[in-house]
Amino acid sequence: MDFTYDDEQVALRDAVRGLVGKTYSDHEHRRQTVNDEPGFDEKQWARMAEMGILGLPFAEADGGVGAGPVEIGIVAQEMGRVIAPEPFLTCVVLAGGLVSAAGSAEQREEILGAVAEGERVLALAHDEPGRGWVSTASAVTAAEQGGTWTLEGVKEPVVQGARADTLVVTAALPDGGTGLFLVDGDAADLRRDSYRTYDGGRAAKVTFSGTAATPLGEVADREATVATILDVGRITAANEALGSMETALRLTTDYLKSRKQFGVTLNTFQALTFRAADMYVSLELASSMVQWATMVLMSGDAEAASDAARRTALQVSRAARHVGQEAIQLHGGIGVTAEYAVGNHVARLTALDHLLGDGTHHLGGLVSRIGDHEGVDPLR
Amino acid sequence: MQLELSEEDRAFREEMRDFFTTKVPEEIRDAVKDGQELSKEQIVASQQALNAAGLAVPHWPEQYGGRGWSDLRRHLWNEEMQRAFVPAPLAFNTSMIGPVLAQFGSEELKERFMAPTANLDVWWSQGFSEPDAGSDLASLRTTAVRDGDDWIVNGQKTWTTLGQYGDWIFTLVRTNPDVKKQAGISMLLIDMTSPGLEVRPIELIDGGHEVNEVWFSDVRVPGANLVGEVDGGWTIAKFLLGNERVGVAPVAATKRNLALAKDRYAERVAADPLLAARVAELENELLALELTALRVVAHSEGGEPHPASSVLKLKGTELQQAVSELAVDLAGPASLASGADDGSALPGFARRATPTYLNLRKASIYGGSNEVQRQIISKTILGL
Ligand SMILES: Cc1cc2nc3c(=O)[nH]c(=O)nc-3n(C[C@H](O)[C@H](O)[C@H](O)COP(=O)(O)OP(=O)(O)OC[C@H]3O[C@@H](n4cnc5c(N)ncnc54)[C@H](O)[C@@H]3O)c2cc1C
Repeated sequence: MDFTYDDEQVALRDAVRGLVGKTYSDHEHRRQTVNDEPGFDEKQWARMAEMGILGLPFAEADGGVGAGPVEIGIVAQEMGRVIAPEPFLTCVVLAGGLVSAAGSAEQREEILGAVAEGERVLALAHDEPGRGWVSTASAVTAAEQGGTWTLEGVKEPVVQGARADTLVVTAALPDGGTGLFLVDGDAADLRRDSYRTYDGGRAAKVTFSGTAATPLGEVADREATVATILDVGRITAANEALGSMETALRLTTDYLKSRKQFGVTLNTFQALTFRAADMYVSLELASSMVQWATMVLMSGDAEAASDAARRTALQVSRAARHVGQEAIQLHGGIGVTAEYAVGNHVARLTALDHLLGDGTHHLGGLVSRIGDHEGVDPLR
Repeated sequence: MQLELSEEDRAFREEMRDFFTTKVPEEIRDAVKDGQELSKEQIVASQQALNAAGLAVPHWPEQYGGRGWSDLRRHLWNEEMQRAFVPAPLAFNTSMIGPVLAQFGSEELKERFMAPTANLDVWWSQGFSEPDAGSDLASLRTTAVRDGDDWIVNGQKTWTTLGQYGDWIFTLVRTNPDVKKQAGISMLLIDMTSPGLEVRPIELIDGGHEVNEVWFSDVRVPGANLVGEVDGGWTIAKFLLGNERVGVAPVAATKRNLALAKDRYAERVAADPLLAARVAELENELLALELTALRVVAHSEGGEPHPASSVLKLKGTELQQAVSELAVDLAGPASLASGADDGSALPGFARRATPTYLNLRKASIYGGSNEVQRQIISKTILGL
């Protein structure tokens, strides 16, 4: 048992920290970036591709690097640390993960190679209006005629749905089940209405009206595949949240040591230092859980990963709210301004919490299976 | 990174599991499982069974019976012991005074005390706290004044846990009133049968008598019973209190108590989503705590302690208390029957739920209160 990174992983972390940290540790630069379309820095995306980050999870035969969950977690943590706005989670891990898991050999090579090169941005069009966090599709339906498939219905919100070159779409199949399709960004009868999200990102309402679509791999019920990739996404999001929480706590302790009121620095007031200590407790417990889940993912056991994803999402959701809310409170007024980083971390943490299922949602899942086990044993 | 235990560590865990579940008398483990108060004889018998197998003091230096295990193995040993409802070896002996004597004691004291301390032939009490010296331990006032080779001790200690069973007490006493308060403290070992030493019970809210006051009126203590240097007691106290905090997060015991509660009230839990949610949240937090403990032990191999170790006492006692609180809520009206004997129609675990809950309020107070832990985290880890 070992919770530490090996030398190569440390080198990766330092390299990613160097790249994204350099770009975004100046929070004003991040602010300008998210103010301009498409909400992230295309040049930064190209640099990430050059460094090999965008091809990390894909097989070498598909033009990727074939790295594991720990490496992906490292990238996510470093992005979270500076709340880098590039769509690594949604494009590479979620949409790319589905192509990797379900695509034909040609599709994988063509699409994933281009993603790894930074030449093609993918979006996952899965959420549907009025539905919570599920791994099935119903409002968008797929139909076949003469060997060609078309889609009908609305997906919203689709993160980076307007910027994406290719959409990976979940849709209800005629015979039941949830299928996976590719839709070209330029397709006729495709409408994409983009807007800003509160974390500085972009999302879109995507409307399909008899829009041509290509099945991703064989046409089959892919619910299990979708569920698995969403779990991978949850654990990646938890890694990203961990990086962001670490920064939120560090900004807060720095601030307590420098901000003066009543003639003394704020860390003179024990009530405040104790609240910071409790933030640290939340962070450490979340960190243990995130590292564990990342390792469970390495085992390749989908059921274990699903349980770990759920448990980690619950812990991280609770921690992110605690750390985030206290970070703002201990900063006072400056904490809620857009110019200052800490409030933006809280916005991003809120987005991560709601992208793939918040704490209460996952707690519900745990409760429904509470009778299945005596206690939870991380060391099997 | 790697989650699995090595094959050797896995085998080690099996070996521990096998020992604890077969070699410690079952009636003692059943009493622990049932939440009963253990007698002195039961605690001694259990520790002696462990000691005979070399499992009472594995963390001591090897010449005194230590095993030279990795931190991970010590963790597994501790977890398996708790899982099997084996009472932990008496902390005053094994975590506190034993390591202190090994580190600071004279050869004579080591020769005299190490083996009987490991085997619980000598039952130690901890005489640190005083009525006006709790969290601010260094302000203690019990005095020791030289008289030839001996010391004459006067004053009062309080909160002395299980002092009624104590053969010897390790105390902090003021030997120099004229210097900075931390600088004038020494550690003395005192025979509790000495003339002038009196133990008076304090009743706690659970109805039990586990703590006492210890009064000293002109108690004569031989000079050889001084541990370390005169006026050097504070360094020793800090060493000891550091050990006290290690292993105070009884993750496995809390987990096992939660599993018992879930099992005993399975129908109620299944029928009430709010109760089920409390169970699930606690299970999850305990998992996070257990993983944190594993991170700490896997990291501290020979090096600096992991900063997250400060989290263990704080969160560990919070969860221990939360599980005991849940047990009372699950018992519901049956929890009132704490005074009923075995003729009661209500199960023992329901009758004992509230005394346990009330008793465990202590967990966040002693061993460095949780506020003191927050102070440590904010000052030494966060630099505030
Ligand atoms: C059941 C039990 C068994 C014990 N067994 C032993 C024993 O065997 N031997 C022994 O020597 N001692 C023992 N103790 C004593 C224990 O170590 C002390 O109770 C503990 O150190 C706290 O001291 P106090 O009770 O005087 O509380 P106080 O120090 O008076 O504290 C009162 C409250 O104020 C808080 N507080 C104090 N200072 C600060 C601060 N600077 N900042 C923020 N909050 C603060 C505390 O956390 C606490 O909540 C035992 C205690 C209990 C309850």
